[in-house]
Amino acid sequence: MSHTPAIGAAIDLGKTQEEYWDPVFKGFEFSKAWIATEKPDVIFLVYNDHASAFSLSMIPTFAIGCSDSFEPADEGWGARPVPIVKGHSEFAWHIAQSVIQDDFDLTMINEMTVDHGLTVPLSLMFGTPKEWPCRVIPFAVNVVVYPPPSGQRCFCLGKAIRRAVEAFDEDLNVQIWGTGGMSHQLQGQRAGLINQKFDADFLARLQSDPKGLAKMPHLDYLQNAGSEGIELVMWLVMRGALDRDVETLHSFYHVPASNTALGHIILKNRAKRA
Amino acid sequence: MPLEKAYAKIPGTTIFDVDMARRGYHLNQFCASLMKEQDRQRFQSDQRAYLDEWRMTEQQKQAVLDRDYNQMLALGGNIYFLAKIFSSDGQSFEQAAASMTGMSQEEYRSMMLSGGRSPHVDDQDVDQVDG
Repeated sequence: MSHTPAIGAAIDLGKTQEEYWDPVFKGFEFSKAWIATEKPDVIFLVYNDHASAFSLSMIPTFAIGCSDSFEPADEGWGARPVPIVKGHSEFAWHIAQSVIQDDFDLTMINEMTVDHGLTVPLSLMFGTPKEWPCRVIPFAVNVVVYPPPSGQRCFCLGKAIRRAVEAFDEDLNVQIWGTGGMSHQLQGQRAGLINQKFDADFLARLQSDPKGLAKMPHLDYLQNAGSEGIELVMWLVMRGALDRDVETLHSFYHVPASNTALGHIILKNRAKRA
Repeated sequence: MPLEKAYAKIPGTTIFDVDMARRGYHLNQFCASLMKEQDRQRFQSDQRAYLDEWRMTEQQKQAVLDRDYNQMLALGGNIYFLAKIFSSDGQSFEQAAASMTGMSQEEYRSMMLSGGRSPHVDDQDVDQVDG
């Protein structure tokens, strides 16, 4: 699902009923009811930091948050008034070891703040609770400094994360979220670019042809989905962690959310796993 | 062998690649400092003096003082770092993006409400940005 700071501000300032924002939040009504019955224990949340936790001092391509708590970041206008994000340290460390041994060299982070890239998707799905109802493992992907990892790399990483999750001793209800996107460009004279056809194709192929979709080169994202549309590679981490055959429980698309096309899809493995 | 930069031909777009990251390092680190309330206040109370604490080029400093975001992008600024400047000015992403397109905020908002900038016509309408 997509994120924008403006969605966070709309929630934090109580503007969700306004004409501009109402259709955005209506698109999540099904999802909020669904997740209330699903009650995940842990969300593995793939997102990008927006120069908040990571400046140019350090730029990890893949970073996993291993501590038990993460404070919301002050991104230049004060921190969002949302609960502290509770991690799952033991599970996160386990995933780090498993995934690194599976050839993906993660950076392990114990102290970091989390910005709107992580907290806006939580707000969209859970509203404004006093505490988040589950634990969250933040997984940051560099999409700030070009080049980000390829779609193919992200897709394969998702498979490694799946293996790590399945090898964990504790029986947990785990969801994996891919966030960012969809088509948008925030900078330069081409700012405001939206490509509804690209987004529709991406959503359709995410379900039916993820292997082919993963092969899409960076240039296609930059040209067709805008310079920030490249965040969509993060959705492929999520897709890689699922079975080849999935069903779409819910799909929603809306333009605009500030500068961005907002997309949201819930996929579920068809076969029930033991 | 030089790196291939096919993305350099995309009109109206500056991809923040490794060369830009190197060029804009101090500009972006200055921006990152604005995540602290205390530094935001120091910056807003005397912008020139605050900028002089950073190893930025005169051109970069002037672009910040002018709030010329296209120029900052051309000089190695990254949009997520530059966001700290317009956020501390109390501006939204929408307002900042509008300023980069040369449209008024109303025109920009109305373009977004009618589906955004078409990916197919902009190649003719948008000039190449120096970078």
